[in-house]
Amino acid sequence: MAAEFRKCPTTGLMVHLPAQALIKINAVTSIVFLLIGGILALTLIFTRWQAVHLLPPDLFYRFLTLHGIAMLFAWIVYFEVAVLYFTSAVLLNSRLAAPWAGWLGYVLMTVGALMTTVAILAGNSDVMFTSYVPLKASPLYYLGIVLFAVGAIIACVLFFATLAVAKHEKTYEGSVPLVTYGAAAAAIIAIGTLAHGAIFYIPTGLWAAGVIPMMDPEAYRLLFWGFGHSTQQINVAAMIACWYALATLTVGAQPVSEKFSRTAFVLYALFINVASEHHLLWDPGISSAHKMWNTSYVLHLAVLASMMHAFSVPACVEVALRKKGYTKGLFEWLKKAPWGNPSFSTLIFSVAGFGFLGGITGIMYGTEQLNILGHNSLRVPGHFHATVVIGTSMAFMGLTYYVLPLIFQREVMFPTAAKLQPYFYGVGMWTVSIAMMFVGSFGVPRRHWDITLADAPFQYSFGPTVDLGMAITALGAVLALIGGAMFCIIAVATVLAGKKVNQ
Amino acid sequence: MSLGSPEKYWWDEPLDKDEKTWVTVAIVWAIFLTLYMPYKHFTGKQNPSQEYTKVSGDKFDAAVDKFIAQYKVGEEKGLAVVAPPPNSDIFIRGQQFKWDPILKLKKGVQYKLHLSSIDMNHGFSVQPVNFTIQVVPGYDNVLNITPTTSGVFTIICNEYCGLGHHTMVGRMYVD
Repeated sequence: MAAEFRKCPTTGLMVHLPAQALIKINAVTSIVFLLIGGILALTLIFTRWQAVHLLPPDLFYRFLTLHGIAMLFAWIVYFEVAVLYFTSAVLLNSRLAAPWAGWLGYVLMTVGALMTTVAILAGNSDVMFTSYVPLKASPLYYLGIVLFAVGAIIACVLFFATLAVAKHEKTYEGSVPLVTYGAAAAAIIAIGTLAHGAIFYIPTGLWAAGVIPMMDPEAYRLLFWGFGHSTQQINVAAMIACWYALATLTVGAQPVSEKFSRTAFVLYALFINVASEHHLLWDPGISSAHKMWNTSYVLHLAVLASMMHAFSVPACVEVALRKKGYTKGLFEWLKKAPWGNPSFSTLIFSVAGFGFLGGITGIMYGTEQLNILGHNSLRVPGHFHATVVIGTSMAFMGLTYYVLPLIFQREVMFPTAAKLQPYFYGVGMWTVSIAMMFVGSFGVPRRHWDITLADAPFQYSFGPTVDLGMAITALGAVLALIGGAMFCIIAVATVLAGKKVNQ
Repeated sequence: MSLGSPEKYWWDEPLDKDEKTWVTVAIVWAIFLTLYMPYKHFTGKQNPSQEYTKVSGDKFDAAVDKFIAQYKVGEEKGLAVVAPPPNSDIFIRGQQFKWDPILKLKKGVQYKLHLSSIDMNHGFSVQPVNFTIQVVPGYDNVLNITPTTSGVFTIICNEYCGLGHHTMVGRMYVD
């Protein structure tokens, strides 16, 4: 057994080599999909910026569908699987319960992701990420997503099995670390949500294959969002676990109160999975009473959890920096913080962007009265690019700068570029998100190839302010894409050619 | 530290004053938000009418055709222009890739607007007043509306409905 472990020279942790191999393959695959999704994003934004209007309509809608799948499913979920193996096996000094199951999950996810990608590129699945029926994709599209979800569920089950093994074999003392606890909250949410997704994509796929009749379109919308929004809550929980990890890794922060932070994770596991009906606020078929119960009472208990993390993550960073002697005035600790450490600057962009841009706008657009103004406008992608990209994706990028030396055992290449990368990406994505929401407030639709309405029977102009807003969105996207490309190049180069860290 | 096991009996450690204050403020705010949406639902002027029914595409199609035949006053770009009387039931049909018919409404008069689709989901987005109603096939989304401004309005589809989605643009007039 001992041969299956290596001792990490930096942390003293015993790293299970089969777990390390799984973390590596999932992390590498996730970054490949990030690269694909990023290139697609470039073509999309230069189509929506009407001064360039790059793609023809069919390719625009096709690439938009694939962009959602590549980013929201592949990039984020592969990385989350790596986080699950890291927070269970590595942090607990344990062996991974069943590496073969990890590989089985990986193969299922990869076959599924490729199947869906091929279905989209073949041109008969231009249904957007939401695939609202009666829009019909190729049966392969749905089958791919089901396989992907099943693979990810196997990874979650393996995470819990590893927790059990670690406890049984007494590889750690006392309670699991806070980061592992947060990852457990993410895994609990993930199992319920992904099972839900796998279950409702099956009848939809069978309908597409002509076996059974179509389900009710409104029932589909309800089922889709019970899955589609809830999967984003996996990202939230995993992202916050990463925030605590980054705060510790970058400035040595300790949670100000274990009880406080862990209670907040429990609130997530209990309540965050509901609240999906804010996508349906102006739909027929569901009563206002039900929508309001769903989007206010239950939602706000989950928001309370986010508010608690919004206190404790910055607080633990401040306390740690003040302990280092930066105690002058209110903000010396912030001024003297390690801004040159890409993981630290990423953490700050991620925390502030998720909270102020993503979180607050999410609460706003989730009310009946404001939703009628923002539903299906560019406000919505503006909101979720703040949560999923600035929040989750940046947190994962920040963690990657530590995964490279600790797991891949390579020194991060191009350190100067790495220092600058978060600023390109962060400033770029903040610009994209704010500009999209600004343009959306004029009623500009999302998922629309031509807002000049040139081929339509009636003319309407959104005005020059919107043209300017779209140009600013494109400018922000270019900055973000430079940052994203820097990240991918640094990560891939380090994995392939980085200097080996001494054992 | 977050990456290692916490000290024993972490659950017995009391919360600091700062944390208690913060949580109290957050809970009060959450309660306020929870009550404010229902409050606005009853007192606000822009809320769903809660009168949806299930309707088949064929039935809705027939109802719209009947409505057009009854109140048609002209034609524009191949679409019927319809001027219904005040307080009547009015219809707009969403289909790939048009909104039909073109309504001519009166300012300050209430109508019962029936929205449905005979194929895909569509988004009924009215500009420049800027509001959006979801249109779902199989459902008649009923709204009691009173136009408050006069002028020419554009209906843009903002729910992706197929490759011609961006050409799905309609008209509405309010005198």
